[in-house]
Amino acid sequence: MRSRREQLMAALTILPSIALLGIFVYGFIGNSIHMSTTDWGQEAAMSLTPNIQSVGMDNYRDLFTGFLNVRFRQDLVNMFFFTLLFVGLSLLIGLFLATLIDQLIWGETFFRTVFLYPMSLSMVVTGTIWRWILQPRGGINILPTLIGLPPGEFLWLSSRTQTLVFDWSHIFHYICLILLIAVAVSTYGQWRRRENKNLARKLVLCAVLMGIFLSGILTRIGLLNFPEAHGFNEALWGVVLAAVWQMSGYTMALYLAGLRTIPHELREAARVDGGSEFQIYRYVDLPLLKPITASAIVILGHIALKIFDLIFAIAGPDHYPTSMPAITMFLKTFRGNELAVGSAIGVILFLIVSLLIVPYLVVSFREE
Amino acid sequence: MRSRGILGVSAQILAILLAIVYLVPIYMTVVTSLKAPGEISLVSAWELPSSINWAGYVVAWERFAPNLRNSFVLAIGATLISAIMGSLNGYVLSKYRFPGAKIVMPLIVFGMFIPYQSVLVPLFRFMQKTGLYGGLPGLILVHVVYGLPITTLLFRSFYHEIPNELLDASSIDGAGFFGIFRYLILPLSGPPFLVVCIWQFTQIWNEFLFAVTLTRPSSQPITVALANLAGGQAVSWNLPMAGSVLAALPTTIIYVLLGRYFVRGLLAGALKG
Amino acid sequence: MKTLKWLKAATVCAALILTLGTIASAAIGGELEIFSWWAGDEGPALEALIELYESKYPEVTVINATVTGGSGVNAKAVLKTRMLGGDPPDAFQVHAGQELIGTWVVAQRMEDLTWLFEEEGWFEVFPDDLFDLLSTEEGIWSVPVNIHRSNVLYFIPENLERWGVEAPSTWDEFLEIAPKLMNQGVIPMSLGENWTATHLWESVALSELGPDKYGDLWNGELSWTSPEVVGVWELFGEILEYTNPDAPSLSWQQATDMIVEGQAAFNIMGDWASGYLSVTLNVQPVTGYGWAASPGTEGMFMALSDSFGLPVGSPNRDNTIAWLKTIGGLDGQDSFNPLKGSISARIDSDLTKYDLYLQSAASDYQTGQIVGSLAHGVVANERFMNDFATVMDIFLANKDARAAANAAHIVAIQSGMTK
Repeated sequence: MRSRREQLMAALTILPSIALLGIFVYGFIGNSIHMSTTDWGQEAAMSLTPNIQSVGMDNYRDLFTGFLNVRFRQDLVNMFFFTLLFVGLSLLIGLFLATLIDQLIWGETFFRTVFLYPMSLSMVVTGTIWRWILQPRGGINILPTLIGLPPGEFLWLSSRTQTLVFDWSHIFHYICLILLIAVAVSTYGQWRRRENKNLARKLVLCAVLMGIFLSGILTRIGLLNFPEAHGFNEALWGVVLAAVWQMSGYTMALYLAGLRTIPHELREAARVDGGSEFQIYRYVDLPLLKPITASAIVILGHIALKIFDLIFAIAGPDHYPTSMPAITMFLKTFRGNELAVGSAIGVILFLIVSLLIVPYLVVSFREE
Repeated sequence: MRSRGILGVSAQILAILLAIVYLVPIYMTVVTSLKAPGEISLVSAWELPSSINWAGYVVAWERFAPNLRNSFVLAIGATLISAIMGSLNGYVLSKYRFPGAKIVMPLIVFGMFIPYQSVLVPLFRFMQKTGLYGGLPGLILVHVVYGLPITTLLFRSFYHEIPNELLDASSIDGAGFFGIFRYLILPLSGPPFLVVCIWQFTQIWNEFLFAVTLTRPSSQPITVALANLAGGQAVSWNLPMAGSVLAALPTTIIYVLLGRYFVRGLLAGALKG
Repeated sequence: MKTLKWLKAATVCAALILTLGTIASAAIGGELEIFSWWAGDEGPALEALIELYESKYPEVTVINATVTGGSGVNAKAVLKTRMLGGDPPDAFQVHAGQELIGTWVVAQRMEDLTWLFEEEGWFEVFPDDLFDLLSTEEGIWSVPVNIHRSNVLYFIPENLERWGVEAPSTWDEFLEIAPKLMNQGVIPMSLGENWTATHLWESVALSELGPDKYGDLWNGELSWTSPEVVGVWELFGEILEYTNPDAPSLSWQQATDMIVEGQAAFNIMGDWASGYLSVTLNVQPVTGYGWAASPGTEGMFMALSDSFGLPVGSPNRDNTIAWLKTIGGLDGQDSFNPLKGSISARIDSDLTKYDLYLQSAASDYQTGQIVGSLAHGVVANERFMNDFATVMDIFLANKDARAAANAAHIVAIQSGMTK
């Protein structure tokens, strides 16, 4: 037990940091939330003393349903698909690379260095480089010609083709459907393992989600009174490629560290029991890597959700097929002079990222 | 797990092929940066330059030298300050108990995950009111503040491993709060400082959003200058490519020389959160 | 005797000017930061201006702060953060018209320059039409450096001959020859990133509406949902069928490159492309490239003007005023514009310094009917332009003319352009 005086010194030492973070994180977020409920963005928005009135939730309503904010809604869809593809591919490739390096006879350090290297670069550098490599009539597309094949035609960054098209009016019903599938899969798994904890509650949740989904489909009551198509922009493949190149080494490093902590005895025991190498990998190694996957999903996920600099450098801020909420926030605020709407987008981004981060922090710090 | 047979050899070959794939963008960058503008065309993008032309680097150096200087001032300044503050915070949070300590740490760490767009408008209004807008001191402050969560987190997990008994022994010897920090903690902090500094330097050097919104052109770091150049009418691509190489060089050197510590930083950040 | 008198008068005048000069330059010194998006190929013109300024005011260190990006898309965002951050540059480039007035003048961030125009006698040397763009009832807000024309059709005559087509004078003619070009593997109209689509749109709109109705669109007298405007979108959609699919990833220069490299037949761009062609690509007017008014706009001059103003709180106000005097002066305009590929905003400029294209532009400027450009901020404020870019992108994706017209109508209301 340390003396009261020392306790005081300790508290005083940490106080400036806490005060700074209190202002710069929580104070500013509070201010953004407040600003997002105003109309700051009228004619004289650029005045040093702008005239600002409260408008309640109008900015949010307009972002999700207003005719002109279709770009923001496509941004959300882009963000969803980008996050899914980027996190998924980074995990898969990272795991593959880690497994591969674990098998190597020589050069482990060299290969690890090569695969991880892109992570030390700025997203702006990555974007600049890949902008050049993904030129429609150059770079990757002319690679096949080096061995006599016709050039590739894929428009990596500038394609306007959309697949998986859906109507925004029914976005909540689709979200229900996705949740329904997720809950149903986990319930089924639980039922098979004969764990009955919370099973009834989950079944009720399933039924409610199913109800919302079906009622939405049957009544055709939508969010908008006009159909609005959104979907997966194929132009995102170029961004995903660059982002995976940059970050797959990160997941590789995490998995490699994980593989190295698996005790030898565990594998030996499995081997004695007659397990093949693949079986050992599948039933001993992979389950032990699960916590790493969880951390990686959170870290990569939050990077994907707030991606800005890569998009800015690889395709420019005015390129709609690869636009993201963070980009539109920047343009609305600093080019369209709509500071309140920009703040609202910032707040929405904050809420989405929080959905991912808060549970992660709660779990991590509860363990301590 | 090392296997020697066919599996091992094919893994080796696969690794070499993948390493080539991963290095292709670097090859393209270096090759393009060494070409004369007239020699750069989409069709011959993959070919080696017929003769090495340093013009791209000469021009890029002329344009970017001030920005590189800004980046160094910014990254070194903000790294050192945030590391020192993080070290003190880590010491306090790992070795002292006070009311609310349990909730403080997650609240601090949360700050490193927030999308900075959600604080951007109030942030630069704050910078404007305090007169810090536009220059490097303001940008350093911002990077210090938003760097505190990660530095605090990293130091706290390092200091957790120092046995409390050591501290108690020093206490009995009459060392106070700062005495323990100065004579016990700091001498043990060499590797963690290296890890934290490398991590912070890389992050701050590479950062873009704050840099583009909070600085006037004369204080802009290299990432902003590069994005402005490449986002414009980059007809002769040797210039942005040479600029990319210059922008990537410092972090590359650190990574190649001290990669071990870089990896430790990223592991600690992800696994101990 | 008379000569002596003259000499005396001249000496007195010279002395007076000298003293005035020293008085004026007493406050001059230190730095002058000029914020613009003139970099790369447009850089030399700005440098010529800066050189002239430095020779006149050697005690000032000029900081040339450029942020690249065609039509200033990136620069505008950076400028805004600086102005909101309370850190205005000494002088910034801005398109004369609503881009300046709708954003900065209404926010009371600019100083009225009427006194400067009076002092320098500029009311005589700038054409009356221009003052409509530069001023509101409250004052005159910026000094124009140049006049650009936006409705110019570029082509390479040699290539057209090879493909057996002629430059179209109407859009009907274009739609007729376009399939012929497609059959030969040539893209009829090259296009670049989003804003160049808006640039093409304004030329189509001017051709379909005519100058008077085009003007009505901006003063609110012609509705965005009227059949005429829907017709503009429909025709624009037809033209888009004949553009390059990789347009979004190209800068305007790369779109111009396509006609020089023979991949495309035509390109509609502002006449800064003339400067790019002759200075950067070394393709000369008449012998190398040909031009015409964009189809259906013969005798009309879609104008835009780059200008500089005096921001409230400019850190080196006197240096800025000296800069404004330099760029508004005859030698300033005539050293800048031949390099920039634009014509002087002054009516007394020395045309022999300009190339063949610019001489023709200058004569069109004096005889043609002048209207303001949309894509370059003359007729619409920034909020309209930012949202119109979204409308344009919706249209590029779905080609629905009616929906685009409705969306533009809402944009016009929300941005306060239509009451």
